[in-house]
Amino acid sequence: MNILVLVKQVPDTSDVKFDERGVMIREGVQSILNVFDQFALEEALRLRQKYGGEVSVMTLAPEQAKTAVQKCLALGADKAYHISDKAFGGSDTLATSYALSLAIRKAGNFDLIMAGNQATDGDTGHIGPQVAEWLGIPHVSYVEQVLSIENGRATVKSILEDGYRIVDVELPALFACLPPTNFEYTNPSMSGIIKAKSKPYTWWKADDIDGDKSKFGLNGSPTRVLKMYPPPKRSRGTVFTGDYHDAVKKIIEALMEKKVIE
Amino acid sequence: MSDYKGILVVGEIYDGKIRPVTFQLVSKARELADTLNTTLSVVLLGHNIGDMAREPIYYGADKVYVMDDQIFEPYVAEVYSRALTKFIGNLKPEIVLIPATHTGREYGPRISAALETGMTADCTDLVIKNGRFVQVRPAYGGNIMGEIITPNHRPQISTVRPNVFKTREPDRSRTGEIVQVKPEFDSMKVRTFIKEIVKTTVTGAKKLDEAKIIVSGGRGVGSKEGFEKLRELADLLGGAVGASRVAVDLGWMPKSAQVGQSGITVQPDLYIACGISGTIQHIVGMKDSKVIVAINKDPNAPIFNIADYGIVGDLHEVIPIFIEEIKKIKKK
Ligand SMILES: Cc1cc2nc3c(=O)[nH]c(=O)nc-3n(C[C@H](O)[C@H](O)[C@H](O)COP(=O)(O)OP(=O)(O)OC[C@H]3O[C@@H](n4cnc5c(N)ncnc54)[C@H](O)[C@@H]3O)c2cc1C
Ligand SMILES: Nc1ncnc2c1ncn2[C@@H]1O[C@H](COP(=O)(O)O)[C@@H](O)[C@H]1O
Repeated sequence: MNILVLVKQVPDTSDVKFDERGVMIREGVQSILNVFDQFALEEALRLRQKYGGEVSVMTLAPEQAKTAVQKCLALGADKAYHISDKAFGGSDTLATSYALSLAIRKAGNFDLIMAGNQATDGDTGHIGPQVAEWLGIPHVSYVEQVLSIENGRATVKSILEDGYRIVDVELPALFACLPPTNFEYTNPSMSGIIKAKSKPYTWWKADDIDGDKSKFGLNGSPTRVLKMYPPPKRSRGTVFTGDYHDAVKKIIEALMEKKVIE
Repeated sequence: MSDYKGILVVGEIYDGKIRPVTFQLVSKARELADTLNTTLSVVLLGHNIGDMAREPIYYGADKVYVMDDQIFEPYVAEVYSRALTKFIGNLKPEIVLIPATHTGREYGPRISAALETGMTADCTDLVIKNGRFVQVRPAYGGNIMGEIITPNHRPQISTVRPNVFKTREPDRSRTGEIVQVKPEFDSMKVRTFIKEIVKTTVTGAKKLDEAKIIVSGGRGVGSKEGFEKLRELADLLGGAVGASRVAVDLGWMPKSAQVGQSGITVQPDLYIACGISGTIQHIVGMKDSKVIVAINKDPNAPIFNIADYGIVGDLHEVIPIFIEEIKKIKKK
């Protein structure tokens, strides 16, 4: 079993701030490994333990994302691919997924590709399905667990709004993963961190991957950000602290006036 | 680029019915089509669709394309994306709207890659500015909004979450054209197979993403039994019951009820948060509700900072009063 996990470093969204022009204030904001990707990685490591083989991780990002990749190695991934070049600046999801698919082709034959269902920064959830499309392989999103792998097929549990599906897919395939609610994330061990330093770490530039360079970066991105602005703020409303009966009556009256209840 | 004309809404059939989000998208798309002075079509994929195909017309569609084939039941991403890629490639609409459901978010991005065009996820608004299609969406956990355009590629594809747009009143006398389309595929080989579909929502309970009123509970509810009172209030109001992640982790509510960053995003008319502290991960999933009511015994709980109305108090006492007062009104 050769597994590749796509990982991304993201700002910790529980403490990002933007100025009034919509520019992110980077100072003091922690960069973390996207939690969905850490889950995908831990699922991949579990599969390696069960079925053998190798787990690689890949990111397309500026150099500083190395910390997140290094964390993956410390958690147990065998090797890393880091694709980094100014040419990729300004990529939207189409350009990112295209470049990733080329790098995946170059990196070798994977039976399974795992990704996060979404990254907590852009939150598009596009990359997994788009990479699968570029590679011409099937994929499943919202995968909570890979149940089994047998005879070149994998069975997974995929979450729906009102339940779940058990899906059986021919490999190679891509799974976009969503952690179950009670998932306990592992912290890298000291020995893991030390071992990570000597694991294979491959850097590729745009010239190292074969493909149509006009589809890279900002030039290869069909979408453009016109502007960014802070969301309309909700302000603190009326908070009642006295008699419950009185408070409930007043609130119900207001709700009826606003026609949100009839 | 000028070959691309009209708006196409991809409708979704789920459990044998057209999903409400389809009508919400059609309602919004009608406005956009009128502003752009163009036509609005809907495409439905499924099996034994029958008369259902008329429904989008009542909400504003000019034309409904029907791809009726056994291959679409049950839904799998590769089949839907292949059939839709072919269809959209032939139809050449200038704008395509796809529901940001778990299914839409699964097959949708494949279409954008196959057609090599731009796609904008989870839009919260769609507007025409100076003749240009502008897609508004949140990013960074709802901390920032962005306006996205697709200047030089067609079609321009957006996904939109359920309940972001309101449904217009259906006009059952409205007429339109229904066109049967034979699905075409570049390759017929299907590599995905659905073994089982399991529903975990309580039977008879309203779907969270389709409810206009949500009564939601967190750790403060205290137990699985505690949620029964919330359900009583929700039933009385014709709403659904939601939960914070903690309440789901503790096994009091199913995962499908979880609102927030790793759960679902809701935008009801009314969201009643009971015993929920209001962490950012929960708030991103419900802050766009029209009216928020919070009940929490801690006066400093952050949920009060975004609530329109709040009661500082024990929810086990407040909820029964709510139930009682609503019952009184219903009697009148
Ligand atoms: C990556 C990630 C994703 C996450 N995704 C989600 C998500 O999708 N959804 C989500 O909800 N959370 C999510 N979380 C978890 C989130 O950070 C919080 O842990 C969670 O939302 C807290 O739930 P809570 O408000 O029910 O519990 P608490 O924070 O423990 O709050 C309970 C509240 O109940 C009040 N209370 C207690 N008893 C009573 C009573 N008798 N009457 C009235 N009030 C009472 C207390 O004062 C308190 O304010 C996520 C976290 C991470 C790291
Ligand atoms: N630049 C990137 N490099 C590697 N993997 C990525 C990158 N961007 C996104 N991904 C993967 O795709 C998933 C979905 O991301 P997104 O589509 O941005 O929400 C992430 O959880 C990652 O697994």
